[in-house]
Amino acid sequence: MSSTEPAKNMSIIVTKGTLDWAYPPFILATTAAAMGLEVTMFFTFYGLVLLKKDLNLSISTLGNSAMAMPMMGAHMVMPNLVSAIPGVDAMVTSMMKNLIKKKGVASIEDLRAAAVESEVHMIACQMTMDLFEYKQSDLIDGLTIGGAATYIETATKCDINLYI
Amino acid sequence: MADQMLDAKGLNCPLPILRTKKALKDMAIGDVLTVQATDPGAVKDFEAFCRTTGNELVDSSNANGEYHFRIRRKQ
Repeated sequence: MSSTEPAKNMSIIVTKGTLDWAYPPFILATTAAAMGLEVTMFFTFYGLVLLKKDLNLSISTLGNSAMAMPMMGAHMVMPNLVSAIPGVDAMVTSMMKNLIKKKGVASIEDLRAAAVESEVHMIACQMTMDLFEYKQSDLIDGLTIGGAATYIETATKCDINLYI
Repeated sequence: MADQMLDAKGLNCPLPILRTKKALKDMAIGDVLTVQATDPGAVKDFEAFCRTTGNELVDSSNANGEYHFRIRRKQ
């Protein structure tokens, strides 16, 4: 951190919990922390599952209308319609996990551990826990349990606020 | 402590940056870390990382798809 510049702060609202959508928030949070920023992540709705002790994330082809997986030198598009076929999401999840390994991309487990290690502040949304019936013991340690006001207070002090 | 080498070959964004930050933390101010990487995106990323953190990018080079970044810990 440069001595002439004040520390910067960043917050991210994490709303999605599929394997693919888990990457942007954790990549940005860990990198920002590595660059000296104070980072807060607020996990709400489907994003809350990213805080479960046991991560078992999968891909949904539904709603990712531009998804195209590399296959034999070309790209295979995944129309939303294919998500209705049993086994397709499992197949795409396994393709993605293979790609992640092959291309030297970090696992979400590793990125989350890096976020914890670099003291990224994580807030689990209390309302989401009530709604989807998660107990604090289902989630990793070191979290703040809070609601919208807890997040907003942080956001008012941040230079960068992202919604993913 | 002294100058060090970090092998980040084969790793993709953001791992080279995260490993670099971790390595720099344990080094003395003034020491130089040489990072080896193969991620082409690392070129821009190491420039941005050094500008933002105040560490000095002494130089960077590329030979046959392998990048070397020399970073001097400033604080």
